Amino acid sequence: MGEKVLMKGNEAIAEAAIRAGCMHYFGYPITPQTEIAAYMAKRMPKIGGVFLQAESEIAAVNMVLGVAATGKRVMTSSSSPGVSLKSEGISYLAGSDLPALIVNVQRGGPGLGGIQPSQSDYFQAVKGGSHGDFKKIVLAPSSVQEMASLTSTAFDLADKYRMPAMILADGTMGQMMEPVELPEPNAKTFDKPWALTGTKGERKHNIVNSLYLKPEELEKTNFERYERYKEIEENEVLYEEYLMEDAEICVVSFGITARVAKNAIVEARAKGIKVGMIRPITLWPFPNKVLNAAADKCKAFISVEMNMGQMIEDIQLAIECKKPVYLCNRVGGMIPSPEEVLAKIEKVNEGGNK
Amino acid sequence: MAIVFEKPKSLTDATLHYCPGCTHGIIHRLVAEAIDELGIQGRTIGVAPVGCSVMAYDYFDVDFVQAPHGRAPAVATGVKRADPENNIVFTYQGDGDLAAIGTAETVHAAARRENITVIFVNNAIYGMTGGQMAPTTLPGQVTQTSPYGRDVETVGYPVKVCELLSKVDGAAYLERVAVNSPANIKKAKKAIKKAFQNQIEGKGFSLIEVVSTCPTNWGMTPVKALEWLEENMLPYYPLGVYKDIYAEEEAK
Repeated sequence: MGEKVLMKGNEAIAEAAIRAGCMHYFGYPITPQTEIAAYMAKRMPKIGGVFLQAESEIAAVNMVLGVAATGKRVMTSSSSPGVSLKSEGISYLAGSDLPALIVNVQRGGPGLGGIQPSQSDYFQAVKGGSHGDFKKIVLAPSSVQEMASLTSTAFDLADKYRMPAMILADGTMGQMMEPVELPEPNAKTFDKPWALTGTKGERKHNIVNSLYLKPEELEKTNFERYERYKEIEENEVLYEEYLMEDAEICVVSFGITARVAKNAIVEARAKGIKVGMIRPITLWPFPNKVLNAAADKCKAFISVEMNMGQMIEDIQLAIECKKPVYLCNRVGGMIPSPEEVLAKIEKVNEGGNK
Repeated sequence: MAIVFEKPKSLTDATLHYCPGCTHGIIHRLVAEAIDELGIQGRTIGVAPVGCSVMAYDYFDVDFVQAPHGRAPAVATGVKRADPENNIVFTYQGDGDLAAIGTAETVHAAARRENITVIFVNNAIYGMTGGQMAPTTLPGQVTQTSPYGRDVETVGYPVKVCELLSKVDGAAYLERVAVNSPANIKKAKKAIKKAFQNQIEGKGFSLIEVVSTCPTNWGMTPVKALEWLEENMLPYYPLGVYKDIYAEEEAK
């Protein structure tokens, strides 16, 4: 591994992206992710890369689409309201089968919401969030280290499966400083015969397009894309299990709340409560199998998230409603404390249901 | 026997879907001729809009990407920046795409002096959706969504793109041409070729506005449409060079 440095989560993403061979960044300022743009603005000119501050989020994501169409690694980043603006472009990326990285350092919503951390774009991230049937790979880092390493993973998965990938972080992850071991430069290359490089008079012209006027063709394209998604669901699920061997209560949480929950779990264990955690690292594909298996051993689940209860629905689907799932949440930029999570664990352990 | 006329190499053999009398065919040809003559077919990448010319990607024998509505200049920016030494990038956009939903992308690509070529086809109406009012629809002009004629009191005035962009410092070359007569078509060809030549020379943002017709949605025969263009559009959208920073520099 590479050198260990103290960095903000946002900066770790930017540096990891460069190390993953991303030489093009397009963005627009929005709190709390602006450090990514600032880092890129400083670094890219020094290494022959491109940093461009676009006139809007919409323009930024379409610049991303342009670079992606040429087969090069490219990214944009934003926070919740800005990601809504990018959603048109994300649908086009998916419909054109283009790899690219979109980072969402979430803040509270809806509307202009607030500038404090949130996880309320979960649905937007994992359920499509734009028009049409499509998926994107969604990775949820829980440390500055993962902000870096998952950025590298996201580029590889996007290239491998020709689709957009998203880092779904939040304001805490973006602003937090931690030691991080930066990934080695990523030398992985992917064959991209579809890329627009100019025909050079040597091949048939390539077309990158999402328009299919014949319904039979559009249907076929969608079915084929979902075959690819099935492969991803089989092969690319990432999660962390924590003290699950003998757990009777399973906490499910991602990102910053997973760290809060870990503290609560340690406290609960000290009080003799058999509780563990499954932390989804890929939110899509969701760790359905491991959760479903846990439902055969555990008596209850607790979803800890910073929204009004979004991931909880995916947990219920994953465990086929075999066991109750309780929600432990704060919203609007508020972060649950370990005490709050512990209180919920104790209540559920006592058989309470609210 | 000597060949005196043939299809440009940069056009494919695909049959155009455009309506009878539509001028897109002429403009496609002019763009393809310019690409052929400049010898840049192998490194040209086109950006298709949303609208009648969305399927330009099937008609030009160059690499092509289809952009979301109005976003072609932003997509072109990405394609160009990906490999500025090699890629010759052009957008081909209609009036709804470029002057309504894509106004911001157009103005800012110009402001950045993005080294791309924009072919802007202005026929004063939304063609593909069946003839609605465009940002360039003339005052009083009847369309499906201005059935009593464009009332400037309630919906405002047409957008004059070349005039607007002529005040943007970054724009390098802006010319308005028309394809209503052989003489004008020759001038249009010259302007389009220059807009590509500028890009090859790294001179920056060049936009050619091509005043054209839509016989189907104007409800006219192709010949009548050409007459209507001359009588109504050209007085409102005067032809000529609106900006040419290099010619201005030379003149100094």
